[in-house]
Amino acid sequence: MLKHIGVADIDGLFADIKPEHKPRSFDLPVGLSEYEVVRRLTAMSLKNNVHVVPFLGGGYYDHYIPTAVPSLTSRGEFYTAYTPYQPECSQGTLQALFEYQSSICALTGMDVSNASLYDGGTALYEAMMMAIRITGRHKVIMDGGVSPIYRKIIKTYTHHLSYEFQETPVVHGQSSRQEIERLLGKDTAVVILQNPNFFGAIDDFTDIIQKAHAVGALVLVSVYPISLGLLKTPADMGADIVTGEGQSLGLPLNFGGPYLGFICARKKYIRKMPGRIVGETVDSRGQRCFVNTLQAREQHIRREKATSNICTNVSLCAIQAAIFMSVVGKNGLKEMAQLNLDKAEYAKQLLSKIKNLEVKRSSPTFNEFTVALPMDASRVVEEMMKKGFAAGFPLGRYYPGMERYLLVAVTEKRTKEEIDRYAKALEGVVK
Amino acid sequence: MEIEENFLYTKEHEWVSIEDNIATMGITDYAQGALGDVTYVELPEEELEVEQFEQFVSVESVKAASDIYAPMAGKVIEVNRKLEENPAMINKDCYGKGWIAKIDVRDMDESTNLMNADEYRNYLDSLAH
Amino acid sequence: MELIFEKSVTGRKGFSFGACDVPVHAHVPSPYARREDARLPEVSELDAVRHYTRLSQMNFSIDTHFYPLGSCTMKYNPKFTESVARLVGFTDLHPLLAQLSGGEQWTQGALQVLYELEQWMGELTGFAHFTLQPLAGAHGELTGIMLMAAYHKAKGRTNRKYVIIPDSAHGTNPASAAIAGYETITIPSNKDGGMDLEALKAAVNDQTAGLMMTVPSTYGVFEPNISQIAKIIHDVDGIMYYDGANLNAVLGRCRPGDIGFDVMHINTHKTFTTPHGGGGPGAGPVGVNEKLTPFLPISRVVLRSDGLYALDYNYPGSIGYIASFYGNFGILVRAYAYLLMLGKEGLIDTANHAVLNANYIMKKLSGHYKICFDRLCMHESVFSASPQAERGVHAIDIAKFLIDQQIHPPTVYFPISVPEAIMIEPTETESKQTMDHFIAKMIEADGLSITDPAAFHNFPNTMPIGRPDEVKAARDIKTSFFGSDAA
Repeated sequence: MLKHIGVADIDGLFADIKPEHKPRSFDLPVGLSEYEVVRRLTAMSLKNNVHVVPFLGGGYYDHYIPTAVPSLTSRGEFYTAYTPYQPECSQGTLQALFEYQSSICALTGMDVSNASLYDGGTALYEAMMMAIRITGRHKVIMDGGVSPIYRKIIKTYTHHLSYEFQETPVVHGQSSRQEIERLLGKDTAVVILQNPNFFGAIDDFTDIIQKAHAVGALVLVSVYPISLGLLKTPADMGADIVTGEGQSLGLPLNFGGPYLGFICARKKYIRKMPGRIVGETVDSRGQRCFVNTLQAREQHIRREKATSNICTNVSLCAIQAAIFMSVVGKNGLKEMAQLNLDKAEYAKQLLSKIKNLEVKRSSPTFNEFTVALPMDASRVVEEMMKKGFAAGFPLGRYYPGMERYLLVAVTEKRTKEEIDRYAKALEGVVK
Repeated sequence: MEIEENFLYTKEHEWVSIEDNIATMGITDYAQGALGDVTYVELPEEELEVEQFEQFVSVESVKAASDIYAPMAGKVIEVNRKLEENPAMINKDCYGKGWIAKIDVRDMDESTNLMNADEYRNYLDSLAH
Repeated sequence: MELIFEKSVTGRKGFSFGACDVPVHAHVPSPYARREDARLPEVSELDAVRHYTRLSQMNFSIDTHFYPLGSCTMKYNPKFTESVARLVGFTDLHPLLAQLSGGEQWTQGALQVLYELEQWMGELTGFAHFTLQPLAGAHGELTGIMLMAAYHKAKGRTNRKYVIIPDSAHGTNPASAAIAGYETITIPSNKDGGMDLEALKAAVNDQTAGLMMTVPSTYGVFEPNISQIAKIIHDVDGIMYYDGANLNAVLGRCRPGDIGFDVMHINTHKTFTTPHGGGGPGAGPVGVNEKLTPFLPISRVVLRSDGLYALDYNYPGSIGYIASFYGNFGILVRAYAYLLMLGKEGLIDTANHAVLNANYIMKKLSGHYKICFDRLCMHESVFSASPQAERGVHAIDIAKFLIDQQIHPPTVYFPISVPEAIMIEPTETESKQTMDHFIAKMIEADGLSITDPAAFHNFPNTMPIGRPDEVKAARDIKTSFFGSDAA
């Protein structure tokens, strides 16, 4: 081959790299065999404590993933495929993504969905920018119940831009109508809400949305997919754009990623939507088929005027979610949501009996709720870890002043026996 | 490559026909050919005030999205709503039924910044090289 | 093929969660309750398995087909990286555990993976520090540009408005710059595929924030004037950004941090073979020199004096969170395992073979397709199919011909400045036999363009579908099974 190319040796191929450009150092270890790598990684994985019983949520949940789901996405034809720019050899990916988009619409009640964004936090940012583009206004009302992690992301992305953020408080667990209405005006682009909110409280935002629409502002709601098995959809409330974290739709926790950001909206906003969108069409033989559509919005065509810079999204995670939603299905999702609700309610009942501890009950919740402790929640969590429980998330981590509050999540995976032991252990720690 | 002899042209391939202070505009045959099948036209609102050469319309095809610029400054008094249902009209009849907007011209002198048919023809030739 | 919704039968279930074992049956109070059940599919597990298995069989994939896609580095995804990514100690680890007080002790394995991966990447690229937070290459670009902005802001500058890019830049470059609030200035390339230095000098002034480029460029050419370019930018204290999309070509031969760059991103789904997944998930780690280190996103992974790895949020100059957590851990662990196996020699071999393979193909095809630059290429080569286009056969037609030959087409119509561009990157994991077969087919396509150009209109005709009507897809928009949604 070298002879054919016309160079004497491999180094000849790199003649354009001048001596002064050679690496100043390249001090890397010798390569290992497959066995050595697997052994090393296995040992490292065992240094992570995944054996505590998790009551930890905060937007990311320990849900059961039916075996069929990872079994299907681990097929090489799905996970080693490329982005479907050549539709004739990518109908598997394209149809699966179309089914994903359809299922997200079914779940949220909205008209149109894209084919995924990176995660729930960046999806919220993209949706906010979409609302700003649509209205041409610059003020954003951000409810304090929206995930503090998401709010940090938005702050990073926008601090150099001239948008004004007004944050409204959570009162008795729910959004403050009074504060939102006071701030709503003709310069409000969007009101951002979350259901259930970060504290676990559920709400019906219909009244807020009507007030926002009356001044020409849009409303963006961030939602939790499993809760939609039982909760009123954001579409029914009148929301304009909906986003959320899709991790609970069949994706493992994976220490922070890869996750799944979904975004969906009313049909009139489809051209303002960022990211890839799969559309239905026909081929030269009149058969139904699927393609990437509305690409004129995207970076590879529009470049600096694109709706977003996103290129690689999380297709495989979206396909995984589509498969999860198919296997679990309409009936399974409802069943799953009911189990979450029941087990969380049972846990609330047990914890309510503990002296010195108060379960916050001022608003209804789904599978996550807030508990007030007699001491610093972080200390309680440390003690509970020693007893084999990830007891919850200390809210003081992101909400100064709330150091004694703990966010507790209960999913369908928690058995009665686990919840009983958890309550007993917690009682022992807060005595 | 079709060119209407009586129209005026911009470097960004818009055409304009001015009568009774009203400028009707669209995009040229060259532009519609470069874009390919038009799939969507983002029309401005009526009453919009525009400057000469300010972007005010966007035309999308499968492979591109083009900004369209006002050939003359003034107020947009009418837009071709038929393009919402039938964007392909821009490909089929770009100088006629594919017109995009009518502008109430503010300053007729600005037409000196535009090219006539011969000048546009020469301009297209220069682009080819 | 039917959609999963069309296979649904009312009442059918694919999964059962089992009976509720707690003595509670709760209700959502009616103002908050869902009115109608979500119209998700109702199929059995077998239905779902058959449906998605058969869908997968309609795809090309690296496991089944050759993908000489320029700019994408579609190398083989080794199976052992999948098995380590699936270790329960990684998949079941909740990210918030590490943020609890004392949480580092329960997440040491994961934190160690992140820490060591940062060290590897730093040494490989010549950068002092890395952040693994960005979730894709474009996300890394945006992060890098935000670091550029933070650098100038910290110096009290308010007039740095422009980012310079070459005309060969990938679309994400100007898109990322625009999101970060910059305007882009595009510099033409000269006839050798390098940047036009005179045009660059004319464009650089005290309003220049920095420059984004990739080396080798998207033309497959190693920029001969990289030192001069870096000097021009650094003379105005601008920041040099390296788009790591083409890193595969220079592993072990040169490090971006050594040749004048201040910040870069890596596409792990390119150079470090994390799987493409049909379009993601990927990861876009960003490396910086000391100039930009204070601005890196938080959290950062540190090795404490007590020997424990931990998350550190105490960086007052940081731009903040650019993602929810520490990066796409499940993807990063695959990259880490790959690097461990390759080692120093393996990385050097990678670039050697990537460049060798690309040059081999370029030489073999240069008699049939118009070569853009008459010189050695690096890991990818760019051709123009203008000779074929004159006969009525365009780059897209050649692509469709190749699909019928069971080869995924190369990248077409990028870079945008090359008419009828065909960009070919075989990668180092392909054999000579595979490449010879591809070369033969490309030559066959050229021959057919002379003898029967009209035949190309029917290609592909062996796939489940023929060419789709993309105009109809954009005009009659339907993106959900539940209704036609023409805007």
